Amino acid sequence: MALKQSEIKVGDTYSERLVEDLKRTQIVQYAGASGDYNPLHTDEVFTTEVAGYPSVFAHGMLTMGMTGKLLTNYVGDGRLTKYGVRFTSQVWPGDTLDSTATIEAIRDEDGEQLVDLSVQTVNQEGRVVLSGTATARIDD
Amino acid sequence: MAVEKFPVEASHILMFARSVGDENPIYSDEAHAAASEVGKIIAPPTFAQASAQFDPDYFLRPKPGKPWFGSGGEPTGIKRESSGSGSGSGGGGIAAGLHAEQHFEYHRHISPGDVLTAEVKPGKTWEKEGKRSGKLIFNETITEYRDQNGDLVITARGVGVRTERPVDAGQ
Repeated sequence: MALKQSEIKVGDTYSERLVEDLKRTQIVQYAGASGDYNPLHTDEVFTTEVAGYPSVFAHGMLTMGMTGKLLTNYVGDGRLTKYGVRFTSQVWPGDTLDSTATIEAIRDEDGEQLVDLSVQTVNQEGRVVLSGTATARIDD
Repeated sequence: MAVEKFPVEASHILMFARSVGDENPIYSDEAHAAASEVGKIIAPPTFAQASAQFDPDYFLRPKPGKPWFGSGGEPTGIKRESSGSGSGSGGGGIAAGLHAEQHFEYHRHISPGDVLTAEVKPGKTWEKEGKRSGKLIFNETITEYRDQNGDLVITARGVGVRTERPVDAGQ
């Protein structure tokens, strides 16, 4: 269901839990689907012994993909016109991620009704792992 | 990454949606999608990134007979001059290369049956001094995805960052 201009206001928020106790297997699943087989995400031996990280970690794009689910659940299917993020902290196996979208503006552009959103995804410690913005078409 | 032919297929969309934990039937159920406002199956918002599957030279996919920097019998199958602390620059996405930003602009949403091309254009490069990882070098690329009619469907802007040493965990 798309958002309706008459039913939303600036400052409204929408939250979802994206994942609980992220498993290495899901990171591998994302590697397979996306085609990004960087060993930093899938190869614990390489990542700890060669690259010097404490463990493998999630692709930023996995966090962006999971956060995208929150956005489309809120604004409706096929409604996004823009979606952009910064990856502010790494996401590790075992992390639990929660995300919140906030309505920043409701506006008209070339006869279309649009909503601008900010979105932030945090881990179980409250650390921001992804910070972004999105724009979506809405109904009257 | 330049891609001459990125065929958008229903099974790939299904696998991609599963991998991000999204069970929305708009990504897999033809009957549901046909009855929806969209009218057909579409791809999730970040699916264009999977065009890497169709880049013949994509450097983060192992290829038969070619050296690969992940572990086999030993921690890494390739001797790397600078592999000790992850201070190497590029070459295999070692600790030095991380994804800093990603932005998509959707001119329309893509569906099974679309056949896309991806053209990559270089963007800006800039540097910053980081507390956690030494000098940071940012590098931007713009990717234009066009459909079978030559129409621009998605514009993507990615920013990669190379660091002098691995980013500390838990800082």
